[in-house]
Amino acid sequence: MRRRLPPAARLPVVSALAVSALAAWVLGTVPARAAVGLPQMDFANPLTTSQVVWGALIFVVLYVLLSRGALPKVASVLEERARTIGADLDAAKQAKLEADAAAEEVARATREAQASSAAQVAQAAAAAKAAAEAEAARATAVLEAQLAEAEARIQAARASAMAALHDVAMETTEALAGRLIGHVPDRSVVNAAVGAALAARKA
Amino acid sequence: MATTIDVMGQFKLTTALGPVGASVNFTQSNLTMVVICALILALLHLGMAPRAVVPGRLQAAAEMLYGFVHRMCIDQIGEEGKAFFPFIFTLFSFILFGNLFGLVPYQFTITSHLAITAGLAVFVIVLATFVGLRTHGLHFFSYFLPEGLPIFLAPLIVAVEVISYLSRPISLSFRLFANMMAGHVVFEVFASFMVAMAASLGAIGYVMAVGPFALDVAMTGFELLVAALQAYVFAVLACMYLHDAVHLH
Repeated sequence: MRRRLPPAARLPVVSALAVSALAAWVLGTVPARAAVGLPQMDFANPLTTSQVVWGALIFVVLYVLLSRGALPKVASVLEERARTIGADLDAAKQAKLEADAAAEEVARATREAQASSAAQVAQAAAAAKAAAEAEAARATAVLEAQLAEAEARIQAARASAMAALHDVAMETTEALAGRLIGHVPDRSVVNAAVGAALAARKA
Repeated sequence: MATTIDVMGQFKLTTALGPVGASVNFTQSNLTMVVICALILALLHLGMAPRAVVPGRLQAAAEMLYGFVHRMCIDQIGEEGKAFFPFIFTLFSFILFGNLFGLVPYQFTITSHLAITAGLAVFVIVLATFVGLRTHGLHFFSYFLPEGLPIFLAPLIVAVEVISYLSRPISLSFRLFANMMAGHVVFEVFASFMVAMAASLGAIGYVMAVGPFALDVAMTGFELLVAALQAYVFAVLACMYLHDAVHLH
């Protein structure tokens, strides 16, 4: 993208070229004596130096064409690629941020749903427990009432049975005594004896 | 048996483009350079034409070349290296394509000529010196006198530093030139063996010529490495010299 060399480098290029050309010219004017065998060392041949002069010209043309045309073209493509890749990376980074935020949102919603469902479960469990306890208390009360009633009935039956026992025992005693001693003892005696015997049993 | 092995003939300069080229001493070396420049420009312009975000093969190649040199500039020179990037890219691609194009059979190798590599090397050193002088002014010459040096050593060290600085273009140019020339000489030697065997030994010679041919094939792979490596070495050293000029060590 650099269309021209910075000034710091431009002047030395020109000056150095001039000095080099001068050096080549001086070298070319030195009569060559060691020009045996090697065509490269044949400085007497004008072509040996003329190729350098033409070469310098061609080199400069190549330098100008490269530095003004070809190299900036390559640089612009490389820069464009770096820009494209940079923009793509930025977009990817942005997308990742958004994806992360969405994932965080999902996680948060999941946590909230879990918390609320746990609360509902606990509430339902407490309600069910309370209902069960109430039902159990009611059943217990009914059963206790029935139990108390049954006990009262048993007491009553027992009392009436005990009352009847005294009469039966007196009659039996009178019958037995009549058979054993031939006559029926006095009712009050029998009554006292049965009462004492029953009291002894009870004790 | 007049088969002489002329391995140096391939480096001989001739004029190109007929009488017009001959009148201005335009050599086949320069014609090759024009072809190379066309190839470089074609790679970049045709490769980058789709301007695709996901590059195809040619675009990937063009971008890889660009990115490679760009990274090299910044790694070696620092942030200031961006200013020299077009120059280093021109230098690297010119040498790389010159080296590779020389591996195409019957094509001239521009970097096998010392005059060309020396021209490039001298230009690099002169450029680095000008950059140093422009960046630091006369303070640039402190480059030749490392800090904390005992003063009585100064004459010796300064002489050594100046010689080493001035020998940079020599080593730079000879390294590239010698590598490329040596490779092509070896190619030519093996190829001459093939021709000589076939010419002198008949049918057996044709069979035996498979040996040098196989060596040339293997050498081609090796020379591909050398071509890329030497272009890289030249460009990296140019970057390091520019680094020294910008940063003074």
